[in-house]
Amino acid sequence: MSETRTIEVGYLARVEGEGSLRAEVIDGELGNVEFSIFEPPRFFEAFLRGRRFTEAPDITSRICGICPIAYQMSSVTAMEDVCGVDVGDPLHELRRLIYCGEYIESHALHIYLLHVPDFLGYESGIAMAADHRAVVERGLRLKQTGNEIIRVLGGREIHPVNVRVGGFWRLPTRKDLDGLATELDRARDEAAETVRWVSQLNIPDVTRPVEFVALSDPDRYPFTEGRIRSSRGIDIDVSEWNEVFVEQHVERSNALHAVIRERGMYAVGPTARFALNHEVIQPVAARAAAEAGLEPGVPNPFQSIIVRAVETLHAVEEALAIIDAYEPPVEASIPVDPVAGVGHGASEAPRGLLYHRYGIRADGEIAEAQIVPPTSQNQLSIEADLREVLVANLDKPDAELQWILEQAIRNYDPCISCATHFLRLEIDRG
Amino acid sequence: MTRRAVSRSSRGLRDRRPTLAVFKFASCDGCQLSILDAEDQLLAVTEAIDIINFPEASSRILPGPYDIGLVEGSVTTSHDLERLLEVREQCGLLVTIGACAMSGGIQALRNARDVDELAAMVYPNPEYFDVLEESTPASRHVRVDVEIPGCPVNRRGLVDVLGALLAGRRPALPTHSVCIECKIRGTTCVMVAKGQPCLGPVTRAGCGALCPSYARGCYGCFGPADVVNVASLSAQFDTEGKATIKAGLQSFNVGAPAFEEAARHV
Repeated sequence: MSETRTIEVGYLARVEGEGSLRAEVIDGELGNVEFSIFEPPRFFEAFLRGRRFTEAPDITSRICGICPIAYQMSSVTAMEDVCGVDVGDPLHELRRLIYCGEYIESHALHIYLLHVPDFLGYESGIAMAADHRAVVERGLRLKQTGNEIIRVLGGREIHPVNVRVGGFWRLPTRKDLDGLATELDRARDEAAETVRWVSQLNIPDVTRPVEFVALSDPDRYPFTEGRIRSSRGIDIDVSEWNEVFVEQHVERSNALHAVIRERGMYAVGPTARFALNHEVIQPVAARAAAEAGLEPGVPNPFQSIIVRAVETLHAVEEALAIIDAYEPPVEASIPVDPVAGVGHGASEAPRGLLYHRYGIRADGEIAEAQIVPPTSQNQLSIEADLREVLVANLDKPDAELQWILEQAIRNYDPCISCATHFLRLEIDRG
Repeated sequence: MTRRAVSRSSRGLRDRRPTLAVFKFASCDGCQLSILDAEDQLLAVTEAIDIINFPEASSRILPGPYDIGLVEGSVTTSHDLERLLEVREQCGLLVTIGACAMSGGIQALRNARDVDELAAMVYPNPEYFDVLEESTPASRHVRVDVEIPGCPVNRRGLVDVLGALLAGRRPALPTHSVCIECKIRGTTCVMVAKGQPCLGPVTRAGCGALCPSYARGCYGCFGPADVVNVASLSAQFDTEGKATIKAGLQSFNVGAPAFEEAARHV
């Protein structure tokens, strides 16, 4: 008679959105492993049709309250691509600055409140504060610094109002930026301490080689810059995304999964980004990574927490450098007139590559939209990690096994709200 | 909500640390994230309130009943409708957070469309999911004690409401228009000075007149103010300005009855 062991988590905690986990072990052998998404879809790609092209940054930011800047940046980049507009360096630098804010905010949230509790055996960051108050307060201060950048440049932390196609509505003042620099100076030590602290965590030793995909640029650690590259030789312009990658529908999930057409699964996110761009990360962050023993490209998904800390330090340094070299743009935005055509925009959300493609009509109405969020690209990789972790830990009791499986999912900081809300319309309504 | 309802439900709250639960429906997670964004107040809040069911922040998920339930998101599936009815049973005070829970959110844009057709377009196997005809607010289905507006809610507003409930006083959420906030801030009127289309005159205050302070017109993310005179507003603008006003009315609070009605008169 066969014996089936089932590990089931109906509602995953400490992730953004609604997902579940189910793993089967039959007679000591691995059965089905599923990381499912049951969050109801919201049909964003359908709403976007017929809206003005200038509305895309405000509408798409509502896909995700955790990474609205990523949606705003990918969408404005794509719209400016359609219309053949380049906003120029000074405005581009301000976009990089607000993106630094999102990295600091999102990574600090994930490290301190969502992921470290797994490593230290707590149910939450808040519960952890009972024993490690100073540490949690450090994390919250760091997160607040990231949010402060977004608030000053964007107006508010969630769904900022100041980003528009062509630039910003209003430029920050020198005084605004000096205020941020004071906070960032303080955050520098906190971010460096964060790298040291997470590198001392007990990191499970799991290796699973996977193809890493990220934007990559010879000069700068990418936010919206560069080409899409992979650790196994992909090197394409952003506009070629659909030629190399494809989204597939999987029955059990309310989301599409993206794969490389020729060979299947891949991974995006901090580990992929660092593997492909470590040579251009801020030197302070590179040194901190080396001191922490972090080698680029090591395929241990559990090291992602260290990479997030290194990227947080990078974002603090990068923000300071941008403020230091800031020269105000002539205007807060440049005019963008609609041009009929198709455009592409990609940016590196904290969780990985976020690709947008829009078709617009000559009058500026959106005709079609495609949005590929990081979590739908990572879903197959997450499941492959779960198999690897299961096989290595079959001897453990159910509760312990469930704990490490959840921890493995959080390695990706999955954003289920994002993954669900992009479902492609297959039929053109004409 | 009535003063009596608050004081009745809050009376017990003063004797022990009240319990709170957070429930997510169709949403972007941004409003519940506002709780974690209250960085410098977060640990103080968790000392005053025992948050015993907040899956986005903690693996400790305790069963109800709860003194206060925060509901984020709109109802879009029959499963979620059943869940909302259960949530209401379990919560002494039910507080909705944000535009999705208050008016159906941006996803209510699909209410004007045929949902079966939409599902068939999106899914090769539409039978796998049970999407309802409309995206609806919590108050369509259950009694709601307090509704906090905004896409997203204002974090300080949220903390203030929790503080008011703990003290047994009625939360003071403004219902006047964004224009009043602009005047209080001393922000130059973007409509008068620059002719920019602005929904401030018909939109509920609470954001601190954010958009005008960033030199753009309000786009209505806090939903309708107590008085919505859109005919007078739209008369100020040419065709393009009217289109911007209408787009604002038909965005993040498209399901709010006063905005639905107003959009017909632009």
